[in-house]
Amino acid sequence: MSLFLHRPPLLAVKDLCVEFATRRGPVTAARSVTLQIAKGETLGIVGESGSGKSVTSYAVMRILDRAGRIVSGAMEFGGIKLHDANETVMSDLRGREISMIFQNPRAALNPIRPVGKQIEDVLIRHARATHDQAREKAIAALERVRIRDAARRYHAYPFELSGGMCQRVVIAIALACRPQLLIADEPTTGLDVTTQKAVMELVRDLTHSEGMSTLLITHDLGLAGEYCDRIVVMEQGRVVEQQDTRALFTAPAHPYTRRLIRSTPHAAQTIRDLLPEDQRPPQPPAVAEPAATSGPLLEVRALVKVFESPGGLLHRLRTRGKSTGHAFRAVDGIGFSIARGESVGLVGESGCGKSTTSAMIMRLLDATSGSIRFKGHELTAVPAGGFARSPLRRALQMVFQDPHESLNPRATAAQSIADPLLRLDGMTGAGDIRARVEQLAAEVGLPCELLDRLPHQLSGGQKARVGIARAIATRPELLILDEPTAALDVSVQAVVLNLLADLKAKSGMSYLFVSHDLEVVRLLCDRVIVMRAGRIVEEGPTERILSAPGADYTKELLAAIPRPAHLPHHVGRAKVAWA
Amino acid sequence: MGQLSIILARCLQAIPTVFGIVVVTFLLTRALPGDPAAYFAGASATPESITEIRAKLGLDQGLPRQFATYLKDLSRGDLGQSISTGQPVAAELLKRLPASLELTLTALFLSVMTAIPLGVLAAVHQDSWIDQLCRFVVTAGVSLPTFFTGLLLIYVLYFLLGLAPAPLGRLDLLHVPPPHVTGFLVFDGLLAREWATAWSAFKQLMLPAITLALFTLAPLARMTRAAMLQALASEYLRTARAAGLSRGRVLMVYAFRNAMLPIITTLGMVFSFSLGANVLVEKVFAWPGIGSYAIEALVVSDYAAVQGFVLSMAILFVLLNLAVDTLYTLVDPRVRIDG
Repeated sequence: MSLFLHRPPLLAVKDLCVEFATRRGPVTAARSVTLQIAKGETLGIVGESGSGKSVTSYAVMRILDRAGRIVSGAMEFGGIKLHDANETVMSDLRGREISMIFQNPRAALNPIRPVGKQIEDVLIRHARATHDQAREKAIAALERVRIRDAARRYHAYPFELSGGMCQRVVIAIALACRPQLLIADEPTTGLDVTTQKAVMELVRDLTHSEGMSTLLITHDLGLAGEYCDRIVVMEQGRVVEQQDTRALFTAPAHPYTRRLIRSTPHAAQTIRDLLPEDQRPPQPPAVAEPAATSGPLLEVRALVKVFESPGGLLHRLRTRGKSTGHAFRAVDGIGFSIARGESVGLVGESGCGKSTTSAMIMRLLDATSGSIRFKGHELTAVPAGGFARSPLRRALQMVFQDPHESLNPRATAAQSIADPLLRLDGMTGAGDIRARVEQLAAEVGLPCELLDRLPHQLSGGQKARVGIARAIATRPELLILDEPTAALDVSVQAVVLNLLADLKAKSGMSYLFVSHDLEVVRLLCDRVIVMRAGRIVEEGPTERILSAPGADYTKELLAAIPRPAHLPHHVGRAKVAWA
Repeated sequence: MGQLSIILARCLQAIPTVFGIVVVTFLLTRALPGDPAAYFAGASATPESITEIRAKLGLDQGLPRQFATYLKDLSRGDLGQSISTGQPVAAELLKRLPASLELTLTALFLSVMTAIPLGVLAAVHQDSWIDQLCRFVVTAGVSLPTFFTGLLLIYVLYFLLGLAPAPLGRLDLLHVPPPHVTGFLVFDGLLAREWATAWSAFKQLMLPAITLALFTLAPLARMTRAAMLQALASEYLRTARAAGLSRGRVLMVYAFRNAMLPIITTLGMVFSFSLGANVLVEKVFAWPGIGSYAIEALVVSDYAAVQGFVLSMAILFVLLNLAVDTLYTLVDPRVRIDG
């Protein structure tokens, strides 16, 4: 939309350099970044972690933390030179002319202050309300971000609201004083797709109706493609490309942009398409159909998990220990099976019971009722606490969502991988174990010289490999993957997904792939199960579910996936009957 | 759940704790080495007289019988008689408790008034001179034992400079204690309009209170600094800054109120152990508190007095924890749902 270029820019950043002081000397986070935003324009900054996209926006707001420093460059906003404005001027501009919304909305709100009061603080600070009208105006601001029952929500604390509601409150704070520029820093990362869609549409509607400019910072090229007029691609602190959205997708000029577009699962036909052309191994061989006689590897029937609300002592005294209907049915009578060598996707939004289901199969949680049969043995017969000693434990392993948090920070990569060998396989002999660890590291593509490093010395992708190597150390037959790539950059995700596909082809493991990302499920899974509110909504071959979904909820999920108009799509976009 | 019902539930939960304390103090004092009867009978006692005294004290009966008697007395508020002084333990503790509380509360007030501003400033101006000062005070406070700082203060302020009065109890010899109202001499003096007495009591109080305050300052300042640093680095603070809120509001309403939570917890802990640290300070300053009473009783196996002391301290701890929990409930809305 080049029409924006003819207007004078609202914000112009020129040759911005930002440095961070670290123990090992200064690190440059932004290298001569130049960009402009016109009035009413939506500009996206896309890049992977460490690309300097957030740092650039913090520099514009002048809220870099203590270690960060603007070394050089000029920033001009509506005639005001931001780079040498003093703190008083900046503090007047923030929240009134330039606002910001953040990733992780619940943490972005003061946990012990009612949300209405937090909106009031901003209104009063920028003289948009006196103390008498503040409350009324705060409620109006909550209504503007489409929070139902705003007068009651005024008193709510952030922990009482869902993630999507918290983000609405953060948006209400940011837009309370009707600023000219809204900076959205990964505003929907960690939110469900349907919530993401609602939040993004809210931001778009509100900013368009006020003629505001928006700077959308995201790692998700698809999201930027759907909502932005123009996109800036950043890599390692540099702007590598700056284009109209259509041009960026149809004729990307820079190799990095091309790689980024390729790693985004939206456009990929097969899992190999995610990788750069010169690094593509041959397609993984198709897994032989499981022998008809063997029966399913895992069979789940009428599985139920009820969480009782514990209540206080008084409450328990009052009800004399009887259940009072406060119970929450997290998993409500589900049944499915997984064949040997099959890869099944379990998808659904947060709170749908998919993690509870995987925890029950892993025997980390006891089921309330129902049966889980694994290799013909009834798993629910063994209490969760005693399952670690069961011989079946070896055949059932898990890869966790956060590759960093799920590794012991004081154990080296080799120690983490050796742990199951020692405890479950009872291996002895340092030499044997080391040899086995090195073999596992080779299987997951982890260079041997990294084995003696601690988790904080490894990158996200390397940590993910350690987590996978640890899980496959005992040669499990079923691997439960709980959003294994959710915390990774797209290019790393591409590599890890391919690694998982190769491992499965080689060893014939079965996967239960728990995810909220339908695009990733499409590339990795044979079959998909859609869950909602503890129940299975729909189940079937991935191809069919994604191209011709039966349930309205599945259609809703598919429709919520951001899809830039300029990318080819492989997920069917069914018409949704909005209830 | 409402705040009131949570607080009520906490009070109910305290009942089994108190009963447990009663059992444990009873058993512990019976396990103490030394025979109270032998001590009470004196150096020239015959075995017969010791047996007689033992029977009189009820020590010849089995433990369950003794415990039943103890419980019965306790329900009447009777903590038994001290063997060494012959006075009822409850009365003596009540007489001495205000002295200890006056000292502890003053010390705590002083240390809170210094530690919290110091910690906040150190966190806000990280690595500045005030942060270094905070670090120095914390290290000194932790590493110097109270009897040493007490003696040092006496040496400098009383012996060398003559600024402080002689460290001999709560009042100098020229003044008569004011009429008993609160048991805190400074307050009672002011209430009775005996200004000179109040001033004298205040001067006597200062040195031991400062000694104890120096000791309790360290953990408080350190926790304040850490909690503030954590709050300052939080995402909600970034939101507040990005919304242009004034520095004062960001620091006080957004950062400090959140930092209060760990500070309150630390305050409760510091209060508890400063009641224990009292014992040494009371000895050094000849302060007639319950700490020195307990030490004297322990030395002569005066079991009733020790038992009474441990029990009243334990109950004080329970009340204190109750107060901390209540305060926490008021500050942090998140506590209110999972009672």
